[in-house]
Amino acid sequence: MTRKQKRLAVIAGGVSFILAAVLIVMFAFSQSIAYFYMPSDLAKAEVSPGTRIRLGGLVEEGSVVRGEGSKVSFRVTDGGESVPVSYTGILPDLFREGQGVVTEGTLTPARAFVADSVLAKHDENYMPKEVADGLKQKGVWKDPKEATR
Amino acid sequence: MIIEIGHYALVLSLATSLLLSVLPLIGARRQDAALMALAPIGSVTLFGLVALSFAALTWAYAVSDFSVANVWENSHSLMPLVYKLSGVWGNHEGSMLLWLLILVLFSAMVAVFGRNLPDSLRATVLSVQAWIGTAFLLFILLTSNPFVRLNPAPAEGQDLNPVLQDPGLAVHPPLLYLGYVGFSVCFSFAIAALIEGRIDAAWARWVRPWTLAAWTFLTAGIAMGSYWAYYELGWGGWWFWDPVENASFMPWLAGTALLHSALVMEKREALKVWTVLLAILTFSLSLLGTFLVRSGVLTSVHAFATDPTRGTFILAILSFFVGGAFALYAWRAPELKSGGLFAPISREGALVLNNLILTVSTATVLIGTLYPLVLETLTGEKISVGAPFFNLSFGLLMIPLLIAVPFGPLLAWKRGDLLGALQRLYLVAGLSLVAGFVLFYLEHGGPVMAGLGLALGFFLMLGALADLWFRSGFGKLAFSVAFARFKGLPRSAFGTALAHFGLGVTVLGIVAVTTFETETVVEMKQGQTVTVGGYSLVFDGLREAVGPNFTEERGHFTVSRAGVAVADVWSSKRIYTARRMPTTEAGILTFGFSQLYVSLGDPMADGGIVVRIWWKPWILCIWGGALVMMVGGFVSLSDRRLRVGAPSRRAKPVKALMEPAE
Repeated sequence: MTRKQKRLAVIAGGVSFILAAVLIVMFAFSQSIAYFYMPSDLAKAEVSPGTRIRLGGLVEEGSVVRGEGSKVSFRVTDGGESVPVSYTGILPDLFREGQGVVTEGTLTPARAFVADSVLAKHDENYMPKEVADGLKQKGVWKDPKEATR
Repeated sequence: MIIEIGHYALVLSLATSLLLSVLPLIGARRQDAALMALAPIGSVTLFGLVALSFAALTWAYAVSDFSVANVWENSHSLMPLVYKLSGVWGNHEGSMLLWLLILVLFSAMVAVFGRNLPDSLRATVLSVQAWIGTAFLLFILLTSNPFVRLNPAPAEGQDLNPVLQDPGLAVHPPLLYLGYVGFSVCFSFAIAALIEGRIDAAWARWVRPWTLAAWTFLTAGIAMGSYWAYYELGWGGWWFWDPVENASFMPWLAGTALLHSALVMEKREALKVWTVLLAILTFSLSLLGTFLVRSGVLTSVHAFATDPTRGTFILAILSFFVGGAFALYAWRAPELKSGGLFAPISREGALVLNNLILTVSTATVLIGTLYPLVLETLTGEKISVGAPFFNLSFGLLMIPLLIAVPFGPLLAWKRGDLLGALQRLYLVAGLSLVAGFVLFYLEHGGPVMAGLGLALGFFLMLGALADLWFRSGFGKLAFSVAFARFKGLPRSAFGTALAHFGLGVTVLGIVAVTTFETETVVEMKQGQTVTVGGYSLVFDGLREAVGPNFTEERGHFTVSRAGVAVADVWSSKRIYTARRMPTTEAGILTFGFSQLYVSLGDPMADGGIVVRIWWKPWILCIWGGALVMMVGGFVSLSDRRLRVGAPSRRAKPVKALMEPAE
């Protein structure tokens, strides 16, 4: 091979590696992106059962019911709609009624939500960002700093 | 009074830093020795002032001076002293001050250890460092001043976030900052090279120790953070692909690439333009990380309570430095002469492959981290990119790199012999496959791919040893001769082997724990038994306990294997009194490299409690490997050749002896 051919081979190798990487990235994106909804958005949106989504809002007061073992069910609300959520596992330390929560999972055909992960805030001043933004839009936002001080 | 001195010192630092940003640079342009001499003096003075300021804040924390707003918000008089002190950087303002302290520490070190640098280069580098310093001093003084006072002073503080009340806080942020602020030195060297329009192998030799030091600390910092998250958060995970984790991981990947490309540049004068770009890129990613963490654009364990002005300010700093650096690069880089031709199959070729894969995978992580932000800004749609994305894309891209690692050091510079390297490694590869599948069989279970993954880990480990073996000529030469050569190998050879070996250990740990771990969630009452990973755990009941600033419910478990009690463990749920905030303190038992991880859930109405128990086989390998990499970094750093200013070895024969016999 001449030097020119060698250089071409190297460049072709590099470019094909990058192309492969781009394809992998696109494929991985199509597999693992989850859209975020608040309960009233979810009521309007057409989300087919089985699609992975994230659902956020406030844990409705008085809705938490503990079942067998580590099964828990509760409702997530944004002041308007509310969605029933079931979850099996240990809830985060800061999971409380009336507090912000983000759950990830899928809808059942009956429009109930089966979560496989539940995230709550990390400290008492902090609300999951998507939830805070959503609540501000809905006009039911209370600044936690004002609320605690 | 001490607080005001600290505040005043910070303002003086800004003045010093401003002078330092301009005068030495003018000196370097005009070849004015007096102005250039200001650079080292100024840098050391700047370090002194910032250190004074930092000490003042630390003092306020030590004596719990709640008249300082920052102390009031993040401390409590009942906290143990170690948490009071580490609490200094357990909040936004204090940690920015730590960031700055480390930045000026690096400048001062360049000033002190860089006596052999050409005067104009040193002056320019220190000036560029001072630009960064000035930007962050302005940021701290204008938006995040830790010295703001409260009047009247509250009697008691609001306590530090309980998750942060851990020895991990004392170690993780300083190590991490030593890492990613350390890359500022590489950045400054790159900018200085572009300003001077001159770059050569000597430049690479000066930059490499700083890169190596920063990389070593960053490795340690990330590993430490990962272990901390693992034991503290009670979820049993060691890496979440959390955007802020990615923010520290991207500079690490780019820094690793830089470490390798600087090697090519130092030995062969090739890849100059690329190395300069990587140096800029690495620190840009550090700055991006700072922006992501501080601006509040992300939802993360690390997100600080923030206000928007800070985000905008850091975005401005980010755009100025990244944009400016790339503009300068586009303008000046074509003037840098390239050199050193090499064949595709050669040590250089292998290092180019390393760089290609590392930068592409950095880009992958960057895309996955930023895509949700960009999409939300553009369309308002909120999405999350989860761990599966990163596992799939990053994981697939890493495989060819990991396979290539043992080959690299066995190839010769300029033109390598792939067949020869293959012949040397086939035994290693065979052994690794056997070891991988033996381990796979012993742990029984999981997909067959896992066996290959384990073999890959062993291949990296054994490959690193094989490199030393062949370099010393064991098996070819008489043992005593080979051993003498082994002892004579440069420290950097051991550093490389250790780092690659450590990488193998980490890979082994990751594959093993992902494949073989088991998770059991079960409701337990006093006296009940559950079996996990071959161990039986008996729940002996809950007990209340009181700590200095918390109360806790502690569950006690007796662990036995084959009917014999081998250990016992406490696992607890704490409530921190001041913030009324609960945390989970997991109980962790170590057996060899494996761990049993017990965490408590919610109490049930009938007196039982939900318990989550993981069996984590080989998990300690993940951090153990990082520790070995870190040791490799330090060993390599102690190489005489890398010491800035060390005279080059005179005797050529010694160098010839170091090369593997062909």
